[in-house]
Parts: sequence; C-alpha cells; structure tokens
Amino acid sequence: MTAIDAGTALPRQKTDFWPILLPLAMAAIAWPFIGAFSTWLTLTLAGLAMGMMIFAMASGLTLVFGLMDVLNFGHGAFISVGAYLAMVAFTPLAAFTQADSLSINLLALVPAMLLAMATSAAVGYVFERLLVRPVYGQHLKQILITMGGLIVAEQTLYALFGPQIIPLSLPTALRGSLEFGGAAVEKYRLLAVVVGLIVFLCLQFMLNRTKIGLLIRAGVENKEMVEALGYRIRRLFIGVFMAGSALAGLGGMMWALYREQVHASMGGEMMVLTFIVIIIGGLGSVGGCFIGSALVALLVNYAGFLVPKIALVSNILLMVAVLLWRPRGLYPLSSR
Amino acid sequence: MSDTLLALSGVHTHIGRYHILHGVDLVAPQGRTTMLLGRNGAGKTTTLRTIMGLWRASQGSIHFDGAAIEGLATPDIAQAGIAYVPETMAIFSDLTVRENLVLAARGGPPDEKRLEWIFGFFPALRKFWLSRAGTLSGGQKQMLSIARAIVEERKLILIDEPTKGLSPAIVVALIDCLKEIKRAGATVLLVEQNFRVAQEVGDLVCVMESGRVVHHGAMADLAADEMLQRRLLGLSLDSHQ
Ligand SMILES: Nc1ncnc2c1ncn2[C@@H]1O[C@H](COP(=O)(O)OP(=O)(O)O)[C@@H](O)[C@H]1O
Ligand SMILES: [Mg+2]
Repeated sequence: MTAIDAGTALPRQKTDFWPILLPLAMAAIAWPFIGAFSTWLTLTLAGLAMGMMIFAMASGLTLVFGLMDVLNFGHGAFISVGAYLAMVAFTPLAAFTQADSLSINLLALVPAMLLAMATSAAVGYVFERLLVRPVYGQHLKQILITMGGLIVAEQTLYALFGPQIIPLSLPTALRGSLEFGGAAVEKYRLLAVVVGLIVFLCLQFMLNRTKIGLLIRAGVENKEMVEALGYRIRRLFIGVFMAGSALAGLGGMMWALYREQVHASMGGEMMVLTFIVIIIGGLGSVGGCFIGSALVALLVNYAGFLVPKIALVSNILLMVAVLLWRPRGLYPLSSR
Repeated sequence: MSDTLLALSGVHTHIGRYHILHGVDLVAPQGRTTMLLGRNGAGKTTTLRTIMGLWRASQGSIHFDGAAIEGLATPDIAQAGIAYVPETMAIFSDLTVRENLVLAARGGPPDEKRLEWIFGFFPALRKFWLSRAGTLSGGQKQMLSIARAIVEERKLILIDEPTKGLSPAIVVALIDCLKEIKRAGATVLLVEQNFRVAQEVGDLVCVMESGRVVHHGAMADLAADEMLQRRLLGLSLDSHQ
C-alpha cells in the first residue's frame, strides 16, 4: 500500500481576521473625532443595536442568495410583517407591556417575537411557493416578481391596518437609559444587541455544528454535488427561505420598537441597507453579513453625528471602499 | 456472465440545443470495473452526468438494479445506491475533510471501521481530518472526493477521470485504491484517459466516440490489441504511457 502524498506540512489554516478588525478600527478611529467618551459610547451602542437589527433582517437574504442564487427584492415584506406583528401582539398584551417590571414585559415581548417569526415564516413559505419557485434561475424575472410581491404585501398591510403611521410604545421597563460611566445607555439598545448576538450565535451553531448547517454551507458552494450525495436541495432551500423570513420578521419587529412606530413601507425602506450589508459581507456569508451590518450601522451613527451631510451616502462610500479592497466582499465564497 | 447492475440503452442527451449523446448503449456488470474510454469530447462525462440525472436523457432508458431511473431526480438516483466522483471533484472546500465525509454518509456518522479502511490507502485524509478541504493539494482533494463515494457502501460508483492532472506517484496510490475498492466487491464505472490505469484496474471496457459507444469487450483484449487501441483511442494515448 502506498502512503504517498500524506503531505509533510499541514496546509495553511489561517482564519481571515482582517474583516473582524474593521468595526473595531472604525470605532477606535471615530473616538478622537467625536471627543467625549460618553457621546462616543452612546453612538457606538446605537450603532451596534442598529447593526444587530439589520443583521437579523439581512442574514436570511444572504443565505437565500448563496444557496439558490435567488435575488429576493421582496425580503422587505417579511420585515414589515414583523413590524405589524409587534402592534398586533402588543394590543392584547397591554397589561404586560405596561407593567413596570422587566420580567413581565419580557413575558409579552418574547411571545410577540415568536409570533412575528412564525407569521413571517408562513408568509415566506407562501412567497417562495407562489413567486420564487416559478422563476428559479432567472434573475431578471426574480427581481421583477419579488418586487411585485413586496408591493402586494405592502398594499395588503395598508388594507388591513390603514395607511397611517401607527405609533408603538416600548414596554415600560425597556424605556429610558442606564448610566454607564457618565454615558446614557438606552436599555432597548442593549436588548437589541443581546438579541442580535443570540441570533448570530444560534446561526453559527446551526451552520457549523449541525448536519443541516453543513448541508446549507455545502449547498452554497455546490448544490449539484449536494444532490448527487442524495439530499434534496429544494427542501433545504424552502427551510432556509422560511428561517430567513422568520429572522427578517424578528428584525422588523425589533426595528419597529426601536423607531416606536409601524408602517407598511418600513421593510422596503430597509432593503437598500440590507443589500449593501450582504454585498459588503460577501454574498452567502453569514459571518460577513454580521460584520457588514455592524460596519454599516456604526458608520451611519458616527457620520450622522460628525458630518450629517454625508451620512446618507456614507454607506455607499463604505461599500465602494470595501469592494475596492475585496471585490467580492469581506468573506467571498470559494466557488463564486 | 454476471448480473447486469446498470444498463443504458439508446440514451440520447441534449444540453441546451446541442445534441451530445446519440444513443448510448452500455452495461456495467455487478462486481466488475467497467472502463469508459474515448477521446476528449466523446461524451464520457455527459454519460455519467446523464446516469446521475444531472442531465436528463431525452430518449432511451437507464436501468439500475432492476428499476428504470432515467426519470428520477438526482437525489433519488443517489439514494438508489449510486455514488458519483465528478471530473471536477466537487469537494466542499469551505468544509473540513471530516465534514465532507459526514455529509457523504447519509445514514449517520461515518463508520469507524470503514474510515480506517479508507485511511489505509489515503493516510492524508486522517492527517488533515480537521483541515478545510480547500487547503488540500490536488491529489488529496481527489482522494477526498473518492472517499466520499465509498464512505458508505454503494451499489455502483461512477468515477470521472480521477488521475487527471495528478503526479505519477499519486496515480500509483489511486490505482491501489481502485483495486482495493474492487476487492471489496463494488461495481465501478470508471472514465479514464490514462491507459495504464485502465489496463490495471479494468475488467471490461467501453469506448465512446461522438456520443456513441463504438466498442465494448474485455479490457484484456483491448490491452493486447495495439492496432485496435490506435484505431479507437488515437495516438494521443502514447503520451500517457
Ligand atoms: N455544458 C455544456 N454545454 C454545451 N456543450 C457541452 C457541455 N458539456 C459538454 N458539452 C459538449 O459535449 C461533448 C461531450 O463532452 P463530455 O461529455 O464532457 O466529453 P468527455 O468527458 O468525453 O471529454 C463535447 O463536444 C462538449 O463540447
Ligand atoms: Mg470528461
């Protein structure tokens, strides 16, 4: 028996840590410009909170694109559905949300989140079956039909809940802020960061430690081979699509509470940011999406404070800069 | 004559508007290694992909283990007991060696004994067990791709040009492996440009040309008949010997 090519040295196995340093570097660079530590801390936390919500909204989109090459411009519909679910769920639970106790508030918030996720997932299922499935592999049609789906979803929400902006108030114990070294730290932002981190860790665990996760990663790289190994990629895809919709619904609900208002075009408005985030991160990469979300949101907050005039274009500039450095995003997938 | 495990008859395949296979007839008997030879572009890869359902046969039938499979979807064909080692190897480079094999073992965690058997001829896989498959050398990737096909027992293994682009030393290791797979009783349909490999491991041979099988018989007969080799496979073979 020939023991050829056992290799002499272990192949290089570097983790690519440069992208991870980017948000840290951005925060560090922003500090001297902002000056006061308390202001910097407030802006940084606001950025991270927003980043985590964008991450929840965008993570499903990047997987859906990575796995099936599907460009879903209707993803915002799930965000809006989640936002309305906050209102729908909070109305009967008013007694819980108005109690001045965090644990009682969470008793309302957690079921509301689960309801938002379940509903968005169900809407996602219908969306996939009705709109996405007939146009597999046809990008132009995907863009048109999913944009159409978004419009139909928005109009349905208007028809159900009226066209006005609906105010939404945070559960009592989540209002206001905590004092932290002279800086005011909004409680709800802390919660958003915690929820975002939980989502990220769950996704990482699922993608790296479970067979379904391995299948998703393998499918993102080569779906033909996944099928040749005997797995039905379509079934996997609809699962991913629904999970991604659920996360978008969760993000939409968190976002509505953050803005303390609900309206049907919220989802559509977030689509530009979510696309920027998944392009920066590298299409199909959840880790890249996470870092991209943090970068984009931090920049919005720092730029909004320092140079409000460029705040609006700052994300485009960031995207251009990242793509000049890594043309296929921070964590490009090997096969694309 | 042993039982026929796989039989293609009159298989036509179109890719887009190109008519690639023009009525392929081919059998792979149980427990034997059948070589599929032919010049570049003859349609060998297309034949394997058609068997796997990755291209759809536009005409003709494919029988495997007593059932017609030409209408089935790829995952169902794989589950019927066919493993595929594509020309491109198609390892999942973002996954570790272990994870690649975990996915290939549909029935549960890979069997320890079988892994030991595989490590016996592919020690590199044990060594790089937890490394990302993308960091492996070309030869090691080929080993992983073959290991994926044999990590669980399959009735039929389709292998497409495993020695392409590999150094002679690795080719020797692959020949050992192919013989070992054969000894274990597997049925193999092997596409190979390297005539020496074909000679060493093939029991039977089919030669393709322009989307048809133009010759079939015992490998030993073809190996002994240089005129026939020249006529069927062309002079390009000399460079491989
Ligand atoms: N995806 C494709 N699109 C169009 N033509 C193809 C495609 N794949 C293969 N062909 C053509 O089909 C013929 C057979 O190819 P192939 O089966 O790969 O040959 P072989 O594996 O014997 O070298 C060639 O003429 C090739 O150009
Ligand atoms: Mg070929």
